[in-house]
Amino acid sequence: MDIASLLIFYALAAFMLGMSLLAVTARRVLHAATYLLFVLIGTAGLYLLLNYHFLAAVQLSVYAGGIVILFIFAIFLTNEHDSVSEKHRPLRLILAGLGAVSGLCFTVLVAFTHLFKNYSANTTILGDNEVNMKIIGNTLMGTEKYQYLLPFEMLSILLLACIIGGILIARKQ
Amino acid sequence: MEYSILILITPLLIFLLLGLLGGKLKPVIAGRIGTFGLLCVALLSYVIAYQYFFVEGTVNGKWIEKIPLNFEWLRFTDTLHIDLGILLDPISVMMLVVISTVSLMVHIYSLGYMHGEGGFQRYYAFLSLFTFSMLGLVVATNIFQMYIFWELVGVSSYLLIGFYYTKPSAVAASKKAFIVTRFADLGFLIGILVLSFYTRTFDFGLLTADSASLVVTSMQGASFMGLSVATWALALIFMGGAGKSAMFPLHIWLPDAMEGPTPVSALIHAATMVVAGVYLVARLFTVYFFAAPDVLTMIGYIGAFTALFAAIIAITQTDIKRVLAFSTISQIAYMMVALGVSGYEGHDGLGYMSSMFHLFTHAFFKALLFLGAGSVIHAVHSNEMSDMGGLRKYLPITHLTFLIACLAIAGIYPLSGFFSKDEILSAAFHHDKILYWTLWVVAGLTAFYMFRLYYSIFWGKEKVHHGEHKPHESPLIMTVPLLILALLSCVTGFIPFSKFVSSDNLGFDMHIDMTIALSSIAVAVVGIGVATALYMRGGDLPQKIAQRLGGLYRATFHKFYMDEVWQFITKSVIFKCICAPIAWFDRHVIDATMNGLATVTQKTSASIKGLQSGQVQFYTWIFLIGALVIGILALCV
Amino acid sequence: MIVQMEHYLVVSALMFFIGVYGFISRKNMIAVLISLELMLNAVEINFSVFNRYLYPERLEGMFFTLFGIAITAAETAVALAIIINVYRHIGDINIRKMNKLKD
Repeated sequence: MDIASLLIFYALAAFMLGMSLLAVTARRVLHAATYLLFVLIGTAGLYLLLNYHFLAAVQLSVYAGGIVILFIFAIFLTNEHDSVSEKHRPLRLILAGLGAVSGLCFTVLVAFTHLFKNYSANTTILGDNEVNMKIIGNTLMGTEKYQYLLPFEMLSILLLACIIGGILIARKQ
Repeated sequence: MEYSILILITPLLIFLLLGLLGGKLKPVIAGRIGTFGLLCVALLSYVIAYQYFFVEGTVNGKWIEKIPLNFEWLRFTDTLHIDLGILLDPISVMMLVVISTVSLMVHIYSLGYMHGEGGFQRYYAFLSLFTFSMLGLVVATNIFQMYIFWELVGVSSYLLIGFYYTKPSAVAASKKAFIVTRFADLGFLIGILVLSFYTRTFDFGLLTADSASLVVTSMQGASFMGLSVATWALALIFMGGAGKSAMFPLHIWLPDAMEGPTPVSALIHAATMVVAGVYLVARLFTVYFFAAPDVLTMIGYIGAFTALFAAIIAITQTDIKRVLAFSTISQIAYMMVALGVSGYEGHDGLGYMSSMFHLFTHAFFKALLFLGAGSVIHAVHSNEMSDMGGLRKYLPITHLTFLIACLAIAGIYPLSGFFSKDEILSAAFHHDKILYWTLWVVAGLTAFYMFRLYYSIFWGKEKVHHGEHKPHESPLIMTVPLLILALLSCVTGFIPFSKFVSSDNLGFDMHIDMTIALSSIAVAVVGIGVATALYMRGGDLPQKIAQRLGGLYRATFHKFYMDEVWQFITKSVIFKCICAPIAWFDRHVIDATMNGLATVTQKTSASIKGLQSGQVQFYTWIFLIGALVIGILALCV
Repeated sequence: MIVQMEHYLVVSALMFFIGVYGFISRKNMIAVLISLELMLNAVEINFSVFNRYLYPERLEGMFFTLFGIAITAAETAVALAIIINVYRHIGDINIRKMNKLKD
């Protein structure tokens, strides 16, 4: 079981990183969006691996089902010049790569040198400890400490505002 | 007597009406509106005078200070507040009558004199503004209200002197008048602040109550540079009065102010504004007398010197309005001397009374002289004596009225000037012989230069008039005011003035001191006689005398170079030694610092503006690198 | 033997900086937005991982991820609306040309 989950993790990680690279280098934006979809699905897999089933479901439905579809529509609406492939200036690519690599080195260095709380002693980490739906519901709609009704409602207002704003910005005059 | 507020509101409304809508009105209509308004003001002031002097003014034989209106205008603290109100007492009511009468005459006269001039409406608007401020000044209940109207008077005088604003000399004259009086007002303001700092009040009633005991006690012991603070404060207040009343050495603006229209000179520079200084000292006379008698003495000597000084200059001037201007300076100085030599209570207060009396009579005959001069100028279109002569045939009414005014100012019985001047001389005689003899000489000089003026205009050789039109008498609208003023000059001397105005508000009997009266008439007659001998026939004797006197004559002709002295003081001393270094410092140090900052900022921003390319991705990259650098630094530390 | 937490972190860091690379190098605004999505996704993975490994008895990280997803959705919708509007106005969505605001 341990070995299996290990293998699954590395396979997933390799898949996601490959897809990410393809997403940022693909010539055509539609392809990039497709690769993004795969990355997002892979992320949902990671959540499953972490026993966050609800999160995986949300990731799939919102990201894969909603956002990527939005992307694809936007690409269709603006695709006149899309077929004309982008010409990159090498200097810019080098600068971007340099920045990204140095940032990566720094971050990984920090990740490995920083002393995190000792988690290996906790045996329940990846046991059968999926978060109960009832708990999620209560936490989301509760008003006690560590409960999230207010952010939830704020978020609903934000989404409403964003729907209105999206309509306002995108509609024809 | 609450209706007395109307006396202020009416001219203000007329000013606003003519000032805002004047351009839309016909000039004649605007003039008539202004004149009618002034007529109302004059009638109102007569009603007030009647009410005050004959109905409500006395309590147990003492003239009281009536305050029909007073409201708090600005309140800063409990003690510091500025009120606006109306104060009626003998001198303010007397001033109301003088101002509104002369102003009305000038308004009527101007309908003829200014006829057809551009800016007729503007002229009447400014006249109303001036009348408003002058009336406000005299009825002020407190010294700060007086200061406010004082400055308003200064502004409206500035506007009227500079009425012909296309003429550079008029513009220069108005600026000079404004700056010189403003400079004097600085002293006035400091004086007010010092005085009220100690007494904690601006109110005239409180300041003068109980022999000015408030001032005396509150300033007791305080001294500055060897003199008591009360002396300083009152001397500084007098400085403001000296500026407005053209006392030496602040008199230089008045002769130049003759650039304004002649009726304006009659109103402002003869009858009303220039006596504001006298009025100020009279208003605070109790304070001066009890708190700083040394200042009063100083006022007396400054006045006597100014009277003599101006009278001598007046002899040599050839511009008729300038002669009158110097004569005004001299006569106002007379009033100042009278205040300076005055005592308090009963007959000792003769000087105070005679000063106000002379102010009253002088206003009428000096306005008459100016208006007469205006009528002459109207006829010959020139201010210079050399262009005049033998005009008595062409201008009979002007001639007659001018003669009356000259006799009045010379102090010939029974004209009004005789009575008031005699009282002044009598007061001076009993107080200080030096002052008396100075004034006595000035009286002779006055008679001399007035008759020099008179003969040069109306007698002597007739000048060749340039063919096209002979000089002619002014229209009725100008001569009627002359006649009214001439009548007033004749009769006002018989008013028992001391019954109404006195330093302690009690009233006393005045009587004519025969020896003094005779000696003053004698010296006046001598003056007239000399003038007659020299100028009636218009020979060349005067020129010969002038040549004989040489340098003295030239110095006098150039007004003893006072303008040049001031010019030297301001240009060479103040500007070069004080202002120039400060200006240099300002330009090369302060401005340079600021400019340097601006230049550095500009250069820096010009050189780095390429960074702001609008390329979001470039910004992001910089942000990323910056974040990394900060992170690495954080790790190292 | 379970997966080391650091491995997750490395994966998310890699994904994040791949996103950064794309964000800086791409020209098409939609592609830039896609890179942005990658970065956000990496961040959300981190939230969940820290929650699971360091404080498994708590739920904050998970909810942060949840809200993060919702906010991402909102942001994407607005951004795409803007992009479409820009495209309609100037007929192009090249980010290099979107520099008029500097003036």
